[in-house]
Amino acid sequence: MTTPVVKVHGGPTDAPYTLSHLDALESEAVHIFREVAGEFERPVILFSGGKDSIVMLHLALKAFAPAAIPFSLLHVDTGHNFPEVLEYRDRAVAAHGLRLHVASVQEYIDRGVLKERPDGTRNPLQTLPLTEKIQAEKFDAVFGGGRRDEEKARAKERVFSLRDEFSQWDPRRQRPELWNLYNGRHAPGEHVRVFPLSNWTELDVWQYIAREGIELPDIYFAHEREVFQRAGMWLTAGEWGGPRADETVEKRQVRYRTVGDMSCTGAVDSDASTLADVIAEIAASRLTERGATRADDKMSEAAMEDRKREGYF
Amino acid sequence: MSTTTELSETTLLRFATAGSVDDGKSTLVGRLLHDSKSILTDQLEAVERASASRGQEAPDLALLTDGLRAEREQGITIDVAYRYFATPKRRFILADTPGHVQYTRNMVTGASTAELTVILIDARNGVVEQTRRHAALAALLRVPHVVLAVNKMDLVGYQESVFAAIAEEFTAYALELGVPEITTIPISALAGDNVVDPSANMDWYGGPTFLEHLETVPVAHDLSHCHARLPVQYVIRPQTAEHPDYRGYAGQIAAGSFRVGESVTVLPSGHASKIAGIDLLGVPVDIAYTTQSVTVLLEDDIDISRGDLIVPSKDAPPTTQDVEATVCHVADAPLTVGHRVLLKHGTRTVKAIVKDIPSRLTLDDLSLHPHPGQLVANDIGRVKIRTAEPLPVDSYADSRRTGSFILIDPNDGTTLTAGMVGESFASPEPVKDTTEDDGWDF
Repeated sequence: MTTPVVKVHGGPTDAPYTLSHLDALESEAVHIFREVAGEFERPVILFSGGKDSIVMLHLALKAFAPAAIPFSLLHVDTGHNFPEVLEYRDRAVAAHGLRLHVASVQEYIDRGVLKERPDGTRNPLQTLPLTEKIQAEKFDAVFGGGRRDEEKARAKERVFSLRDEFSQWDPRRQRPELWNLYNGRHAPGEHVRVFPLSNWTELDVWQYIAREGIELPDIYFAHEREVFQRAGMWLTAGEWGGPRADETVEKRQVRYRTVGDMSCTGAVDSDASTLADVIAEIAASRLTERGATRADDKMSEAAMEDRKREGYF
Repeated sequence: MSTTTELSETTLLRFATAGSVDDGKSTLVGRLLHDSKSILTDQLEAVERASASRGQEAPDLALLTDGLRAEREQGITIDVAYRYFATPKRRFILADTPGHVQYTRNMVTGASTAELTVILIDARNGVVEQTRRHAALAALLRVPHVVLAVNKMDLVGYQESVFAAIAEEFTAYALELGVPEITTIPISALAGDNVVDPSANMDWYGGPTFLEHLETVPVAHDLSHCHARLPVQYVIRPQTAEHPDYRGYAGQIAAGSFRVGESVTVLPSGHASKIAGIDLLGVPVDIAYTTQSVTVLLEDDIDISRGDLIVPSKDAPPTTQDVEATVCHVADAPLTVGHRVLLKHGTRTVKAIVKDIPSRLTLDDLSLHPHPGQLVANDIGRVKIRTAEPLPVDSYADSRRTGSFILIDPNDGTTLTAGMVGESFASPEPVKDTTEDDGWDF
């Protein structure tokens, strides 16, 4: 972890003073991590190896320093992961002495509980393994890297979001969130989804990664990759089911803006090979990250809301 | 936009909107997001697709903000939504709150974290009941800055006299409530006058555009009159070979600042000690300020746990088991005298009982209805609460963080009520005659 630059302008003898936006967001996220540590029995951090969960892990490390993070990690493994991301995950777990739980979609398919979809996308199949793992391990607080700027249903999401015993989200029954007084009360069997990055935007996340010198999996930076086009997106060829006979593979210079299941996470054409390049590229982009790279959100006008209601994060 | 600009750290302004149903709030928000280039192509395309599929001719920008199925079906906003946008000067978090009167609780939710509230009115209608209600809520929540945006100026011929009369009436009312700072701006959200770009139709207006004001309003904390407060969230004890004796009290500074070497008292126990060190997320510092999340180390090994409050010994608040407050009831089930509840104040949650509800406040005319017996959803009233343990509470006027609390239903965990300790409104300040100051620089 690199030493952060603490910028405080002025002080009591030199009032008024103000925090920078990144310091304010960081401080708020740390407050949320500590509230959960103080109020819950078995919290867990959802960790996909994507940039948002990597930033969450970094914030949790800072929140409890010099002690270890009092949470374990949970990875929902779709079976269609980018190898670079799995490698990063295992390295992070080893480096910080963490415990990793894995909920495996492939295992559910092998057992015949879940069925492969005709389009090969495994993203919607994550919900059942995730919610069953939460129930089986009795996790009562589940940190997610969701940000309200991602999607319009997420814009309505609370920082502490109560889920019933079926892990369902009911937007009409949300608790108002007043000041910074988060209410984590829940009945046995229920749990709370917690979103410390609620108020961050994609650009904030990248600026913070740059400021803190956080390492990311290589696939976030421009590299040559064998891809093919499906539904307007560049997908990585692989054993998960692409390309089909009518789809042709070509070598392109690409990078990823989000990291998820290989079957539905698209790459974007890019020459951005450094953090500064990536930040400049995002600042100039006219597409949201999900609009650019996620197929699952385009299924219907309320696709995200519907999946969230069922227990998706 | 250059990379240098994008990389530089800016400041963050949290603000909330309030407005009646048809006064153009969605249009203003849509205009702000659109003209600040915060709506991206795929979002706009989604709105265009949805608008076309329901037979609308033009894209309905309200669909950008109405994210839930029920909202789209009914064409109304039913919940607070948070929006994010940025200019090179500042980052903004907008709590977009619905205007319906039955959603007072949502405006309270949005305003509780806001440093600025925008009250929107229709220039044709002037100050109406709803305007007074919103101004009273902003005053009650003690939002530091209030903006009155007089909208639809295009429909009154951009007349200065119309704007001046409304601005004067509103300012007089808001000052009486104790609103500390009021800015009035004539706009047309639809035509874009004075929202992001200055209006060519109102050259009589010499003030900032709406966005300029948002970019320049001060968000700095003035610590000269602040009582320093640190609610303890969590005790950090690594118990490792490297840190065998480390015992740190983690929390977010709720107000003021703390220095190494300062004499402090821990409440409610009253134990005293000195600050031996402050860690700012792993980095030792000499001083830390409000809203920073820190870990404080003390010279003496005293018993401190989550829920305690660390304060300067020379500036400790009294502790009390009898809390009198103005509350906004946010739950559907009513709050009644005798109700057993949980009270969360800072990081401490204690048992409490509602001893009395002396009055209910009518926001329209600020009249008090004595002994209403209960408060129902969206009601605002005075409440007396007895707590099972003594609490160090400040007046909400002194600290929005340590002067606020929530009541929770112990049975199902529902958040019942938002509470503000002490007097409801600031004591009215005499309206200053500004003409006296003209041309003089004291």
